[in-house]
Amino acid sequence: MNIGDTVPPFDLPATDGTDKGPGATPTVVVFTCNHCPYALAWHDRLLSVARDYGQRAVQVLFINPNDAERYPRDSFEAMKERVQADGGWAAAYLRDESQEVARLFGAKTTPDVFVLDAEGVLRYRGAPDSDYEDPAQEAAWLRGALNALLEGREPDPAETEPVGCSVKWLP
Amino acid sequence: MREALAAEGLDPDGVVLREVGTDGDAEREGFVGSPTIRIDGADVAPAAGEPAGLTCRIYHLRDGRVSPVPDPQDIREAIREAIK
Repeated sequence: MNIGDTVPPFDLPATDGTDKGPGATPTVVVFTCNHCPYALAWHDRLLSVARDYGQRAVQVLFINPNDAERYPRDSFEAMKERVQADGGWAAAYLRDESQEVARLFGAKTTPDVFVLDAEGVLRYRGAPDSDYEDPAQEAAWLRGALNALLEGREPDPAETEPVGCSVKWLP
Repeated sequence: MREALAAEGLDPDGVVLREVGTDGDAEREGFVGSPTIRIDGADVAPAAGEPAGLTCRIYHLRDGRVSPVPDPQDIREAIREAIK
């Protein structure tokens, strides 16, 4: 998936029992998981983005594509337990059991962030910000991309290098 | 790790990198995730109760933040303990 490409529609099961996918509003897709330290380090920053931009009609979808057979902490049940233990999340948490959606996007790492406009066109891809160790970064690259999108500008940068653990592909 | 060794006056090239490639190897080695750093066989940040497996390892820095690597101070203290 390259910047400017249109993402085909998809729906995946969410921990709340519904099926969710990109809609008619801008959508942030974050490939993430339960057990990767990079994903965990950025998690609160990404949820903060979901809270802040949810008020501006931006949908945030967290998608866990990891092989749960070899990594049981990434099972759908474990995902549900995690969200429940937190008392709910501002972002939907979806399970990509077949990994088809992760392959469609070309996801490399957890996290790997993709921003789609209201027409489903990819406008940003990469890391949330420049430093997983620094919460003060506040997902600045992602917020910048969303601000640009909502103000009718091109995100700059439109692409950064995703940083994290590799997606755990099925054998 | 190399920086910490050098800071203690030890050979920074004394680090041996080992790839754990299979679940069986992880089980045999008691390998609980990558990276695992051991000094003379002792983990610099022991992970009690973690199952062996080919996974990413979660560390917590001394200020509570989640990290993919141990706190540098934990590494330095483990080195100092080992050379006592």
